[in-house]
Amino acid sequence: MSKADVIEIVGVVKEKLPNAMFKVELENGHQILATISGKLRMNYIRILPGDRVTLEMSPYDLTKGRITWRDK
Amino acid sequence: MAVTIKSPHEIELMRESCKRLAIVHDEVGKMIRPGISTWELDKKAYELIKELDGTPNFLHLYGYPATICASINEVVVHGIPSKKTILKEGDIIGIDMGLIYKGYHSDAARTYGVGKISEEDAQLIRVTKQSFFEGIKFARAGNHLHDISLAIQTYAESFGYGVVRDMVGHGIGTALHEDPQIPNYKAPGKGIKLRPGMTLAIEPMIDAGTWEVEILEDDWTCVTCDGSKSAHYENTILITEGDPEILTLYRDGREV
Repeated sequence: MSKADVIEIVGVVKEKLPNAMFKVELENGHQILATISGKLRMNYIRILPGDRVTLEMSPYDLTKGRITWRDK
Repeated sequence: MAVTIKSPHEIELMRESCKRLAIVHDEVGKMIRPGISTWELDKKAYELIKELDGTPNFLHLYGYPATICASINEVVVHGIPSKKTILKEGDIIGIDMGLIYKGYHSDAARTYGVGKISEEDAQLIRVTKQSFFEGIKFARAGNHLHDISLAIQTYAESFGYGVVRDMVGHGIGTALHEDPQIPNYKAPGKGIKLRPGMTLAIEPMIDAGTWEVEILEDDWTCVTCDGSKSAHYENTILITEGDPEILTLYRDGREV
């Protein structure tokens, strides 16, 4: 099985957009567009502006990410 | 980064693990035909692995729900087998699986045409497989890891294909995914120096169109962003002073 070349990074949700997309601000100040991981979606975890989240990002597109964890 | 060197005893166990995987791939490959579901392929792989005293290593890995990955057409890798996914004439399907035998992992992938396929698709499969062999021409002690990566990329791109970057090959041994990560394109730097006793899973993933991929909402299925077809070919190899030993092919080089 291939290994995914991903960067795990922490950010803060700035804004909720339509279609379960979010604007997330990273620790370095960059704002990226993030989708929500299927696992969070399946378990109906609500994500709101202000939440601290962990994201997976591809090193080949640093403008997008996938939220994989929401801190309590 | 800690790349492990296997002892002669460990190498022998890797051979045993990989030989069994080659047999399972052979048997599952014979089942590929229009009308069969990917679930049936998965079931056969599971049963055969258990019969050979192995344990599937994909199952439950990071939550993966099956024994094999069955990746059809624009699915690059990590397609989840399902009773609802039925192969049809003209599809191309990548079968990726691995097993643990006596504590040692093996990992290999093959892409097959289902029934009669187009010449473009047949070429994609051929080039993907050949890009692996182009890569391992550089897989010998003293060379650097990215020599392999560059060879794979150069060969595949010469046909106008895209080389997937987001997924990589990997070291393998007592774990399925060990250091180093093995990109299929020339990443920055030379990569680690190859030394005898390293066991690596080299797995080019080549797309007919763009190299860019995305993961679907099931958090696993990886597809090409432009819907183009994708092929995958992988073997576990052993680095030696001379030619690498391809552990997941039969000794006489017979294709599995």
